[in-house]
Amino acid sequence: MTRAKTMAALVVLALAVTSSAQQEPNEPQEKRSPVREFLEKHDIEYHGFYEARAGTRLLDDPYEGKDLSIGEARYQFDLLAMRDWGDLKVKGDVYGDFVEEQADFDLREANVFTRPNDSVDLKFGRQVLTWGTGDLIFINDLFPKDWVSFFIGRDTEYLKAPSDAVKVSLFSDAANLDVVYTPEFDSDRYITGDRLSYYNPILGRYAGEDDELRISRRREFFEEDETALRLYRNISNYELALYGYWGYWKSPAGFEETLTRATFPELYVYGASIRGTLGKGIANAEVGYYDSVDDRAGDDPLVNNSEMRYLVGYTQEIARDFTAGVQYYVEQMLDYGPYEDSLAAGSARDEFRHVTTLRLTKLLMNQNLMLSLFTYYSPSDEDVYMRPLVNYKASDRLMYEVGANVFFGDEAYTFFNQFHHNTNVYCGVRYSF
Amino acid sequence: MFHKITSSAIVLSVGWVAGVGFAEDTPDVPTIVNKANIVAYYQGNDGKSTVQMVITSKQGQTRERLFNIVRKDVQDGGDQKYFVYFQRPADVRRMSYMVHKHIAKDDDRWLYMPSLDLVKRIAAGDKRTSFVGSDFLYEDVSGRNLDEDTHELVETTDAFYVVKNVPKKPETVEFSYYNVSIDRKTFVPMKMEFYDKEGKLYRTIESKKVEEIQGFPTVTVSLVQDLKSGSKTEMTFSNVKYDIGVGEIFEERYLRKPPQEVTK
Repeated sequence: MTRAKTMAALVVLALAVTSSAQQEPNEPQEKRSPVREFLEKHDIEYHGFYEARAGTRLLDDPYEGKDLSIGEARYQFDLLAMRDWGDLKVKGDVYGDFVEEQADFDLREANVFTRPNDSVDLKFGRQVLTWGTGDLIFINDLFPKDWVSFFIGRDTEYLKAPSDAVKVSLFSDAANLDVVYTPEFDSDRYITGDRLSYYNPILGRYAGEDDELRISRRREFFEEDETALRLYRNISNYELALYGYWGYWKSPAGFEETLTRATFPELYVYGASIRGTLGKGIANAEVGYYDSVDDRAGDDPLVNNSEMRYLVGYTQEIARDFTAGVQYYVEQMLDYGPYEDSLAAGSARDEFRHVTTLRLTKLLMNQNLMLSLFTYYSPSDEDVYMRPLVNYKASDRLMYEVGANVFFGDEAYTFFNQFHHNTNVYCGVRYSF
Repeated sequence: MFHKITSSAIVLSVGWVAGVGFAEDTPDVPTIVNKANIVAYYQGNDGKSTVQMVITSKQGQTRERLFNIVRKDVQDGGDQKYFVYFQRPADVRRMSYMVHKHIAKDDDRWLYMPSLDLVKRIAAGDKRTSFVGSDFLYEDVSGRNLDEDTHELVETTDAFYVVKNVPKKPETVEFSYYNVSIDRKTFVPMKMEFYDKEGKLYRTIESKKVEEIQGFPTVTVSLVQDLKSGSKTEMTFSNVKYDIGVGEIFEERYLRKPPQEVTK
């Protein structure tokens, strides 16, 4: 489909979403339908939304064919049955993707939650999982992320990809323990070149859809599994936590010896965090030790070295309906000497990667209009990633959004600037029910 | 809509008005305002309710908020804990919001966003910020600290004590003073009138309906009107219950997965 046709289709969709919303402004009850009657009869809550979203690249990308950065019509259903023994939840997205030129189904959640006694919670099945204290920076949260969705301008909800896992939570007066077991490794939805171009260190240049990253996957059920745990407690409303993770680098972090395929080397992570009130705002600090098991000496150039990761952050309301949050984040490569010695040639990573973030959020028009800007800036990489967003709630059901993903910097291979050519702007309309 | 909640904040106890103090002849001002405060915000040891807010703009457009709220007093007239579980609008459905309200320091607040499984800590904010985009302010619903104002009994009618409240730090608020008409029998605040810096009435809050529930007179319909913007918000309380024996639900476990006493 040509870009013009696609855009036209999306405009029609957007108009359809908008007009259907205007016909029934804030009507509390949905129209009768056999499906809805069936669900109501069985006491199953049914909600969801319709959404149209379109965006375009702002720069010429020699490695990607389409100007369209996002173009999709999406329907999300969200079913919940609450019973005395527990909850059953199923949530999924059906969408037509005009960039991939295909229809798709993404099962976001399908799980059972139960609270068998006062000290145990259990959740089985497909679920979205989050912990840790960072704002769009993750140290001890090693649950899968969808970086493609994040960079092309889908709702932030989609940054978190679901896990197929069992979560066991144990509670006591001394401390609480969460254990998450994922029998089959769930990687990030990482950048492969298929949709977003990136810097390929093997090729020594940007790469895109023609030289898509080939991956050696991990698919051994119960063999290539993941275990994550969090031990936490709250002291005077300061939230303290210890973390452990035994699994794999979530995005490709190594190459096979033939250099033909990227790999997910083994990774263990141990960390801690604290969060609480400081002055007028909220402060947080988090640290993690990334033990890259397959390269503990640090002398294998094909596998990521071990790392230390550090984060401090602070958020405060600086004026009425205006909030600012800052973070300082450092990745320290361990065994840097062996790493440097092992490199044949080419660009070495820095020993320290420093990143600062700034989030500004302003609410206007009775809090129905939100202006926000999230910026990552790395003084060591000298690159920037900005996420401006304007969100307007025209009614309780209808929401409009305009945003952008802007990447720039000095060197092609730095973390954010490698996505430079994917800089895009997008808009969306969502009707929720 | 989480950003709307985050920047505003808590919670209504305006509805849980109760308490029957039968006034002897003209108590002194501290007694009146203390009684009214207890009656408006601290009845029973705990309480729950379903709250509907209808926000109507000057142009007549309406928006709705629907949520369950559970309150537990740590100390009468002092610290409290609140749990709010949102049902409408759709974009905040099943979010839960928790507040540990403190008298001596800033409140602790958390928000849970189920689509991200994210527990967010919310910075304490300006208490004269809108609550969930309505015309009610944080301070209207969680209570303004009595020590922030000086209080003067300006009139005693057949039905009301009318108390004038003047802020000790006028630069921190948008009003110059407000009058509260307190029912002489029940000590329920029946009307609040806010005057701007020019001395002009610009904002009113009225208790439109008071019902007796478990022996406590309870405001079940409350209306705030912003006379400048022409906007108004009506808040209706239903399923009001007191002294239900709320357990220790004000922690992360229940924020992530609220108990039935909150969701039903």
